[in-house]
Amino acid sequence: MSRHPVIPIAVDSRAASARRSEPRGGAQRPDSPERRRFLGLMAASMALASAGCSGPPQEKIVPYVEMPERMVPGVPLFYATSFVDHGYAQGVLVESDTGRPTKVEGNPQHPASLGATDVYAQASILQLWDPERSQTVYGGGQLATWDAFRAALRPRRVAWAANGGAGLRILTGTVTSPTFSDQMAAFLARYPHAQWHRHDPLHDDRALEAARLAFGRPLDTQLHPARAAVIVSLDADLFVGHAAAVRQAQDVFARRRATNPGGSRLYALAATPNLTAAIADQSLALPPQEIERLAWRLASRLGVDGVPQDAFPPPRHPDAARWEQALAAALNAQRGRALIVGGGSLSPATRALVHAMNAHLGNHGATVAYIDAVETDPVNHADSLAALADDMRHGKVDDLFILGGNPVYDAPADAGFAAALRQVPFSVHLGLYQDETGRAAGWHLPQAHNYEQWSDARAFDGTAGIVQPLIAPLYGGRSAHEVLALLAADGAQGGHALVQDFWRRQAGAAAFDDFWQDALMQGVVAGSAARAVDPGRPRVPPPPALPDPPSGALTLILAADPSVGDGSYANNGWLQELPRPFSKLTWDNAAILGRATAQTLGIDTGDVVRVSAADAGAGAAAVEAPVWIDDSQADGVVTLPLGYGRTAAGAVGNGVGFDAYPLKTRAGVHGHAAVRLEKIGRRHAFAVTQHRLDDEGRDVARTVSLTQYRRDPRGDYAPEPAQDETLYPQYRYDSYKWGMAIDLNACIGCNACTIACQAENNIPVVGREEVARGREMHWIRVDRYRTRLGSHDDVPGDEGEAKQTRTVFQPVPCMQCENAPCEEVCPVGATVHDSEGLNVQVYNRCVGTRFCSNNCPYKVRRFNFLQYTDDKVTTLWAQRNPDVTVRRRGVMEKCTYCLQRITRARLDAEREGRRIRDGEVVTACEAVCPTTAIVFGDMNDPKSRVNRAKASPLDYHLLAELNTRPRTSYAARVVNDDPELA
Amino acid sequence: MPQAFSPTSILTIKLLILAALLAIVAAILLLEWRMAPAAEEHAAVMQPIMFSHKHHVGDVGLDCRYCHTSVEKSGFAGMPSTQICLTCHSQLFKDAPMLAPLHASMATGKPIQWNRVYDLPDFVYFNHSIHIAKGVACIECHGHVDQMPLMTRQASLNMQWCLRCHTHAQAHVRPLGDVFRMTDMRKLSEQDVVELNRLYHLQDRRRLTDCSTCHR
Amino acid sequence: MSPRSRHTQDLSTPSELLGGSWSHAAFSDKIAARAMGYPVSKPGLAAFLFTFVGMLIFLGAVAWLVFKGVGIWGINVPVVWGFAITNYVWWIGIGMAGTFISAALLVTRQRWRGAVSRAAESMTVFAVAIAGIFPILHLGRPWFFYWLAPYPNVMNVWPQWRSPLVWDFFAIGTYVLVSLMFWYVGLIPDFATLRDRAGTMPGRRARQVVYGLLALGWRGEARHWARYETASLMLAGLGTPLVVSVHTMVAMDFAIGNTPGYHSTIFPPFFVAGAFFSGFAMMLTLVIPLRRFLGLQDFITGRHLANAAKILLANSWLLAYGYCAEIFTSFYSGDQFERYMTLNRMIGPYAPVYWSLLFCNVVVPQLLWRRGIRHDVRWLFAISLIVNVGMWMERFIIVVSSVHRDFLPSSWGMFYPTAWDWIFLLSSVALFAWLFLLFVHFLPVIAMADMRKLIQERAEEPA
Repeated sequence: MSRHPVIPIAVDSRAASARRSEPRGGAQRPDSPERRRFLGLMAASMALASAGCSGPPQEKIVPYVEMPERMVPGVPLFYATSFVDHGYAQGVLVESDTGRPTKVEGNPQHPASLGATDVYAQASILQLWDPERSQTVYGGGQLATWDAFRAALRPRRVAWAANGGAGLRILTGTVTSPTFSDQMAAFLARYPHAQWHRHDPLHDDRALEAARLAFGRPLDTQLHPARAAVIVSLDADLFVGHAAAVRQAQDVFARRRATNPGGSRLYALAATPNLTAAIADQSLALPPQEIERLAWRLASRLGVDGVPQDAFPPPRHPDAARWEQALAAALNAQRGRALIVGGGSLSPATRALVHAMNAHLGNHGATVAYIDAVETDPVNHADSLAALADDMRHGKVDDLFILGGNPVYDAPADAGFAAALRQVPFSVHLGLYQDETGRAAGWHLPQAHNYEQWSDARAFDGTAGIVQPLIAPLYGGRSAHEVLALLAADGAQGGHALVQDFWRRQAGAAAFDDFWQDALMQGVVAGSAARAVDPGRPRVPPPPALPDPPSGALTLILAADPSVGDGSYANNGWLQELPRPFSKLTWDNAAILGRATAQTLGIDTGDVVRVSAADAGAGAAAVEAPVWIDDSQADGVVTLPLGYGRTAAGAVGNGVGFDAYPLKTRAGVHGHAAVRLEKIGRRHAFAVTQHRLDDEGRDVARTVSLTQYRRDPRGDYAPEPAQDETLYPQYRYDSYKWGMAIDLNACIGCNACTIACQAENNIPVVGREEVARGREMHWIRVDRYRTRLGSHDDVPGDEGEAKQTRTVFQPVPCMQCENAPCEEVCPVGATVHDSEGLNVQVYNRCVGTRFCSNNCPYKVRRFNFLQYTDDKVTTLWAQRNPDVTVRRRGVMEKCTYCLQRITRARLDAEREGRRIRDGEVVTACEAVCPTTAIVFGDMNDPKSRVNRAKASPLDYHLLAELNTRPRTSYAARVVNDDPELA
Repeated sequence: MPQAFSPTSILTIKLLILAALLAIVAAILLLEWRMAPAAEEHAAVMQPIMFSHKHHVGDVGLDCRYCHTSVEKSGFAGMPSTQICLTCHSQLFKDAPMLAPLHASMATGKPIQWNRVYDLPDFVYFNHSIHIAKGVACIECHGHVDQMPLMTRQASLNMQWCLRCHTHAQAHVRPLGDVFRMTDMRKLSEQDVVELNRLYHLQDRRRLTDCSTCHR
Repeated sequence: MSPRSRHTQDLSTPSELLGGSWSHAAFSDKIAARAMGYPVSKPGLAAFLFTFVGMLIFLGAVAWLVFKGVGIWGINVPVVWGFAITNYVWWIGIGMAGTFISAALLVTRQRWRGAVSRAAESMTVFAVAIAGIFPILHLGRPWFFYWLAPYPNVMNVWPQWRSPLVWDFFAIGTYVLVSLMFWYVGLIPDFATLRDRAGTMPGRRARQVVYGLLALGWRGEARHWARYETASLMLAGLGTPLVVSVHTMVAMDFAIGNTPGYHSTIFPPFFVAGAFFSGFAMMLTLVIPLRRFLGLQDFITGRHLANAAKILLANSWLLAYGYCAEIFTSFYSGDQFERYMTLNRMIGPYAPVYWSLLFCNVVVPQLLWRRGIRHDVRWLFAISLIVNVGMWMERFIIVVSSVHRDFLPSSWGMFYPTAWDWIFLLSSVALFAWLFLLFVHFLPVIAMADMRKLIQERAEEPA
């Protein structure tokens, strides 16, 4: 005789399993009683047979045998550690629910985070629990053990001892870890003939070359945009794709917000759409060669000595000349408070020129500073790998240890690494996945995940941080430290000892314990940031040769994909389903073309083209790619995102998109490759989450020019019909009144909020087909509009402004309306107004009529059309947030303003008999936002941050004319436009 | 022509119709009964170790918090780790066969799996700590634990039951000192109640009956 | 027999409504004969098997739906309502004519209802039954549909009364009950007739028992007739307003919503008109073959069909007015969203459906101005089919095209029906046909009692 709970429902069975392990401490139970209960209930509810309605089996409580110290079951603990991406550290606090890492937050103490994170840090938690991570050692394609590997090592070690490690090569990615560097130094000292190679597909070799050209030594550039009144980006994206991105986003927007509109002016020249160009006050799409020419002409106009007059003819683009003038004027006007950033596709010489220009403008020490390279022993990765591949081909390599990375997949095509690897007698791959390289190598070793290992790493500014494990390795993986130690000596120490030994030597044995505790608590090693050095006068190299692509060919840009990066995140469902900022594409990459270019080539979005190197003849490398047309792409340029077309990523990542690496060549690292496109007649269907970029003149994401704002600072730029009419009684809010303000001035469209929300609220991944059907589940989406500046006021004769269209990003969570249309139409009262003004969605009451979604003007409601939450894969249960119900098929869901976080704060406050303090409740999206564009708080508290934000004259409600009276409001974006360029 | 039905058959038919109606009612009741909670209220639940609250609380007089350590800090009251049991039982009754599973657990490091007595639906987020902090006594829901050789459930745990208190909270609180006491609620005077409410400043009825109070 | 019927407003005289020279007995023989195990024709059997398979497919589809979820349909966000709701509104509409004919025409004492009322009522009962299934199937968790009903429960929660779906729940429930009762009460005397005939024939014991049970011991006493008359009159009194109320309710499901294209005050009358329209069309679609195959031309005369055709024509004008009013108000309102919605219907992705529905519902029925066409069954049949399709398309446009592009351009989307959408639509039609065939085979297709009345009247007519 069994039972089931009072209300026959099972929306939450996964939460149950998550929660079960949470308060009860024990390990997951693989079989889910709830699932059986649910089936039983379905039977019961459908009155199939009374025999069918057997309830769940007796539930168990599994306490600890020995309770870990400082643990209170049911109360999460946060541990400071570092999320290491491409060698550099991003300080994070990882939430641990009775031993299960469930969520990543930024570490306010850490210079690269200051409390925020990027999308990869958020997604890393899913990677930790990915059931397809490598779980065992493989030797010669056979299942093997660590002992077997150790046994295989012993004879090798003997050989190295004899020949000093000749033929022994180690390949790693970018390394900043002090401990690892120290280990490596010792190792190389021990085996003098061994060599250390580096390969990181996204390593910015050009920056290194540029520093060498300008200063004669490898220096890292430190930007201080917060001090800059004028910022000029020469095809550089300040906000994504490098170690300092999150920090720079915060610095740039420290002075660009609704609170002080026009705090700085941002010019952006971009060959391919990037977030900086999107948020820039003035942006222009130019091919990379044109951008470089413009840079050189600008330099000579600024009088940077050593720059030849008219090194290049004026760019062909009609606006280029005006831009040249405007930039020169703006920069001269703000000497010492200006900042020029070169990046992306610029050739090393031009990036060296950028150093010279900043020096010339007196920005050194003010907005730009230089430190010794943070990367240990900085080398040109492309050259380093090529050298290794050559040696491998010529049989000079006997033993190759690939510690992390996936060169077989992502090495430059002309290095021929994959072929060369077959000639290495003893090759070993250490990796999170048994990926392409893991399969090609003789041995594959499972690597311990970032949150499973002891390590350390430096941030972009040199600050060191300790990496401490959140959980014991799930699959017996080991860290690079441990494997390197294993190479040196059998039965070597574990990672903990290795890292501690190194830092003990640094801190001194006496002070070590305090030092160590402090480093672990803070997540950073105090005072370890690099000191700024005097770079000396930068030399101006001779202008580079900037050949335009042969007629009919296009300039090729290979860019890291905004979601899966270089491909290492290909098996991460959250990232695959994260809409790409500009195309809103999911589960795919595409060859991005400008509209004019596409028209001349007679290509349309969805056409599959064959992209082949222009110079090489027949048999040249080529890839087949579907085309995506983006208006903010420069003409004559095609952008291919990297990281797709994986063959050994796992069930999620395999066969998604096309692989662009075959077109990546060593030459491309220095110059601009040219490619030809030809239609092959096939068409491709994309899965996009937003089909319209035009706002249809509905003025949804509002923009106003600074000139106009200055004309009338107190003026109301977000006029709203002041009407509170409703037939229903008005609500009263005695205690709290939660609200949110979103600053469109500060939203850079990085998607961090979307993925943080997904991690926090157990939002399922639905997959490509479902997205294509329009069934994505994100609770907060980032809409992109191309709006006309000043379109919200119909002032005649503003064609100058009206001409320019700009991209505006608009995050849309639930508006939590006062007069909520959803509440009125729900027949069972599953969505109701609570005493603090939230439109709460009660999953266990929802029958799924979907009328609420029909009636929601903002379309923020999401429906479980099918069983989206994965209830089969048990490791995924462990990742889920125990404080949030996991929804089952057939119920509606939506943003709750992170109700669970409000509740946690409320319980704390109530226990202490006080009110919730301002800033005590921080929603997941607010916490992660690098630019703090999102502010949440109590609207009943006059001094709350959210009220201060809403006080701005720019504050407006979305679709205010519907009188839904949203709690979420937006600050219209003020564009600090340059009259010269109007 | 012959009549379709004889008077007797007509009677039978009528009776059959009546029977059918009764059958339907019976079926509904059966379903209801089959779907009722297995661990009936007041029905003892077997445990791997026949732990007696009557002995530990009633006779020995242990405080609830000695074993349920996190009841004041967390939503989960906390179940004693093997360690906690052994603080006494490494000396007392250490050779009692009944305690074999305990020592086995310590030896093997495998936790003891207790059978849950109070099992709420998983979409309900009950929090012990706040109830304790607001003066809701253990006995309010768990009854006279000190008189239970084996733990039995004292409440239906259905939503109606929760709402009985959430609609009239002030009538169900007692002074903090009495929260862990296993005595029946002593009659509170008017001004006691006023005093307590001032002390606890309980949230109003609307808040306490919001869906969002228990469901997320 | 009843003196009342002399001074009714019915323009058509009995002889116009009754062909041939039928006596009570002969007529009863003809109608009752089928119910007495009339041999089934080959095409009849084929039709039955065909629809039977369709019915099984419907059941299978339902099972799969409950097992997999509504995701098997093409619905998405923003278009969360698709074919299911379209079918529901369509079927409900079809279910209107029956009760209207029986109830309203009875109350207004239209003689001509007698011949077609039984068929129409049966159509209603089946159509409404099917219509009632769809709202339940379209739920995310159909097994909890009863949460829409107010009943004491351990959760202490009630339905949310502001929601039109709750009102709808009651409207449909009431309508199903009343039309079912009406149908059955009307059948009782005929059941009695069949029982008695079965009694006289050898080897019809089983039928005698079954019909006997259904006849509830009817003995044709004056007392019975009096009660019968009262009952039908009361049910008619109840039914007539329900005919209007139920579809008004359906209209409110949309009108209460704030989406442009839903939020329209004209919907209730507009929907009711549409319902009559589709109802009468479906009635013609059924009755025309019926009289052809069962040789009922003498009872269901050209006059009947012509009357129905006139109602069809009138309704098509009501609809035409509705369409114009919608367009006018959307532009007159000055609301950009309303305007866009209207334009989007005319030139947007679903424009072909919009224009063809106008053609089917407004243009084609104009043929009925011609007397010749009104009296040509082939024309009538064709037109009735076209109107049925047109009405379905109208429901589709209202349900889908309104929401697929609402307020925020960022969330605009498209609805593409999946195979399952079509399966549900077509197999529900099959189910309907199957039920109707069963009715034709086992029940008297014409209300014998009423017709006898008509025969009587003709006999009494001054020559």
